Amino acid sequence: MKPVKATARNDHLLFVVFAVVVLAMPIWLAPLGAGYPDLMQKFAIYGLFAMGFNILFGLTGYLSFGHAAFLGVGSYTAVWSFKLLGMNPLPAIALAVVTTGVFAWVIGYISLRRTGIYFSILTLAFAQMSYNLAYSVLTPITNGETGLRVLNDDPRILDHMVGRGEADGSLVATLFGVEMNGMPGFYFCAAFLIIGMYISIRIFRSPFGLMLRAIKTNQNRLNYTGVSTRPYALTAFVISGMYAGLAGGLLCVTDPLAGAERMQWTASGEVVLMTILGGAGTLVGPIIGAGLIKYSENIFSAFNEQTLHGIFAFLPDGIEGAVVSVAGLFVGEGWHLTLGLLFMIIVIFLPGGLIEGGKRLVDMTGRGPRGGGGGRAGDAAPQAAE
Amino acid sequence: MGILQVQNVNKSFGGLKALNNVNLDIEEGAVHAIIGPNGAGKSTLLNCFVGRLRPDTGTVKFQGRSLLGLSPHQINQAGVARVFQTPEIFTDLSLLENVTIPALAVRDGAFRINAWSRVDAQADARAQAEAMLESVGLADKRNQHAGNLSRGDKRRLELAMCLVQDPKLVLLDEPTAGMSRADTNATIDLLARMTEEHGVTKIIIEHDMHVVFSLARRVTVMAQGTPIVEGTPEEIRGDSRVQEAYLGGAHV
Repeated sequence: MKPVKATARNDHLLFVVFAVVVLAMPIWLAPLGAGYPDLMQKFAIYGLFAMGFNILFGLTGYLSFGHAAFLGVGSYTAVWSFKLLGMNPLPAIALAVVTTGVFAWVIGYISLRRTGIYFSILTLAFAQMSYNLAYSVLTPITNGETGLRVLNDDPRILDHMVGRGEADGSLVATLFGVEMNGMPGFYFCAAFLIIGMYISIRIFRSPFGLMLRAIKTNQNRLNYTGVSTRPYALTAFVISGMYAGLAGGLLCVTDPLAGAERMQWTASGEVVLMTILGGAGTLVGPIIGAGLIKYSENIFSAFNEQTLHGIFAFLPDGIEGAVVSVAGLFVGEGWHLTLGLLFMIIVIFLPGGLIEGGKRLVDMTGRGPRGGGGGRAGDAAPQAAE
Repeated sequence: MGILQVQNVNKSFGGLKALNNVNLDIEEGAVHAIIGPNGAGKSTLLNCFVGRLRPDTGTVKFQGRSLLGLSPHQINQAGVARVFQTPEIFTDLSLLENVTIPALAVRDGAFRINAWSRVDAQADARAQAEAMLESVGLADKRNQHAGNLSRGDKRRLELAMCLVQDPKLVLLDEPTAGMSRADTNATIDLLARMTEEHGVTKIIIEHDMHVVFSLARRVTVMAQGTPIVEGTPEEIRGDSRVQEAYLGGAHV
């Protein structure tokens, strides 16, 4: 079997297919019941989050368990930018990315003195510290439990300069007169997702990316090969933190409110799940994982007993009651149970994630990955091959 | 004056004196073997050369520059490459990538963010890697995973990774340990050919006399942390002190 080569041409094709698929999301997601803007914004934002996490975890193998802290820092920075500078999302995004980069550099500089589980614990400790600080000492900055929001009497210098100081109704991020919620908000996030994908492809195929993969495989050998591994890992950490900051900033662009719960360890765990579910170390896997988790969160948590009775109505009465009470555990509030099961099944049977599953399917149908130049399934092959 | 000079090196682990006043002078271009019975301090000495251990006293100078206190990547950048007892390669990467990485490390130094160009566009490093794989006879496997290679091929690959850097000194730590006779002989042939073609200085630490006498021009025998004899292989073979060190005084 000859795998698809990761040539420049194939990567361009992959990028174009990806961009088209993302921009066409409103069309192909509608039949799946996910074609509404709020959810699609989440797909794009968490896709970016997972994509950045994958640059660290997928390439270098360093498992950070505190990435939610960067999401939170990005969010707070963006809201502060709204409060001080105005509701234009571009400075908010830029500031969120830069601030998070600096924050990530500090945390990474300390945490990367250790590897393996000790690194994970250090990052987790930093994230928990940030989370608790946001609720206590830093309340003047974070507004504690209430969450940070934009108020009418905030300075918003740029807004006042262009005479848009007095807002009627609630304040929303506005770019060139277009309000960043609903579909425009989705396209704004999608644009960043596509740019993020382009950068990710460049990094994956670059000598820098090769060094990162070498760190994952054999850090000892890389040191004895004359490469100083720590600055490489730190750079990857900062880049991945900046992606998370961008995601955090975008969350606030679509809804200008930042709360500390965004930094909780469950959020850090979620991005690990997304990445592994989709396929760590593959280009599009983490985005598929993020989409799947956000989709099931939405679908399964919306189910209630009524819907279940509807689904299982064809069963005899006694059995139906039993089935519904069992299935009820897995939906609504309990949808995490479904997620846990799904995760277990993937890790046990498809350690390479959904991307590996897709690749196996393609192999089984005998078409061979040779035919699929780009696309989602086709991407797995160069990863596996190199 | 030799390429590597070791003077008055001592190293103790607790009460055990692992290295006792070691003096060595490795000539440029030589293939120098360090042999000795188990526990003679051969590996400890090698670890002092590569920055993994720091001697208690004494100096290790490579081309007049002290290697003490340098980290492994700095020592490699200075021109010292190391082959491990068990082959250390990048098992998840292809053979070509395995050899491209050291070539890039020479070109770009210890750290350089080169995140925008493509690996397959680095023509110089790519060509060096291809030529080196050709030279060790692994060219037809260049796109395979390095983890799937046989033990002997992994050793070849590791040698290619060292030699592509064009080092001034190669340290080999028991290059044939745990290999079958056939693999051992193949590795000896390869090393002999490398000596002819590349002419780098080599220090070989070895148990296997067959390997030592086929490759080395100079041999140092160590026992209990001290070099006891140095000479050509012929001189070593006949030396009574060597026989004593290995066999505890019984005559063969």
